[in-house]
Amino acid sequence: MSSPRDTVRDAWDLLGQVPDPELPTVSVVDLGIAREVAVDGQRVVVTITPTYSGCPAMREIEHDVRAALAGRFAVVEVRIVLSPPWTTDWITPQGRARLTRSGIAPPGVRLLPLLTGDRPAACPRCGSATVEELSGFGSTACKALWRCLACREPFDYVKAH
Amino acid sequence: MGDHEVEALLRVADSCLVLAQRLTGWCGHAPALEEDIALANVALDVLGQARGLLTRAGELEAAGRDEDALAYLRDAPDFRNLLLVEQPNGDFAHTMLRQFLFDAWAVELWPELASSTDPVIAGIAGKAAKEAAYHLRHSAGWVERLGDGTDESHRRMLASLEDLWPYAGEAFLDDDVDRAAAEAGLAPLPSSLLAGWRARVEAVLTESTLPVPPDPWWQRGGRQGRHTEQLTRLLAEMQVVHRAYPGARW
Ligand SMILES: [Zn+2]
Repeated sequence: MSSPRDTVRDAWDLLGQVPDPELPTVSVVDLGIAREVAVDGQRVVVTITPTYSGCPAMREIEHDVRAALAGRFAVVEVRIVLSPPWTTDWITPQGRARLTRSGIAPPGVRLLPLLTGDRPAACPRCGSATVEELSGFGSTACKALWRCLACREPFDYVKAH
Repeated sequence: MGDHEVEALLRVADSCLVLAQRLTGWCGHAPALEEDIALANVALDVLGQARGLLTRAGELEAAGRDEDALAYLRDAPDFRNLLLVEQPNGDFAHTMLRQFLFDAWAVELWPELASSTDPVIAGIAGKAAKEAAYHLRHSAGWVERLGDGTDESHRRMLASLEDLWPYAGEAFLDDDVDRAAAEAGLAPLPSSLLAGWRARVEAVLTESTLPVPPDPWWQRGGRQGRHTEQLTRLLAEMQVVHRAYPGARW
């Protein structure tokens, strides 16, 4: 028999192996999408939160979370909660390191005034801070396209949100 | 929950839905790949906002209509969107100015809706507020670049402004539906958003070397279901598959 604390840890471990469909080098735990786990016997309730209103991956994430936990728990319930809204501040240090290792700059410093933006701290490839925005919108809702002026490589940037 | 509250919710939801449909018209046609992707991204966000609000409107209405029934099975007179968003895309300048006028309204509206007495609406709005701020940064940037750009881009921005300005003020006209929704704490009174919108729009237009037009007689009626013929054409395209194959599933 495993203790309740063990089963909660099991659930988190399994969730940690669920990749984000659009950023597959990080998990839904790394991104802060999986918010809460509650275990009651053989029943687990996972609370997840959408990143952007238009994120088309939400249904897939829900499906993947179910599939990952189904072998360990008899009943898997996935709850979607909107509030408080997801923020990139919830990306874990491990998530940020994994993003950088896969060539994606993690969210940088957010500048407050409405019409100014945020910027990546450094190029994920060479570490140079001399970077410029190519486009505020990228291949997925959460990313922008930037370029490094030192190594000249373009890179994806997870926008501070 | 009274009819007035559902009605007030549809006014925002339909404005988002119709704008999303307009924006998707650019997919594969924008002047540069980056802008093609940007417009598609904005459309997705706005569509997501519409879906959340339509679902909630259906729940509050309690007549068994889900987001699909509301989006695909209503006719033009049942839509409650602003006339602004049903205006055709025109050229890129026209689309960006329409987006800017909308975004400048959205950044005033969503933070207020985030403190709605309805927790679901508040949750949707809390996310949407952040998205709208990002969209505004993009659209305002283009209004400035094109307004203060070449003679040709300035001319096109000016023509778009003349065309769209009469539709810009409808969002701030109160009626009984709005007053009931505000009374219930569901949504802010439209007129309460005007000062913030005006300050931002005037600042950006001035920065763009574009004139701030005098207030015209604002075109109105969209929020009460009286639309231009543009909406009918838009809906015909948006709804055709759903209506041709009722109940079809992927
Ligand atoms: Zn570099």
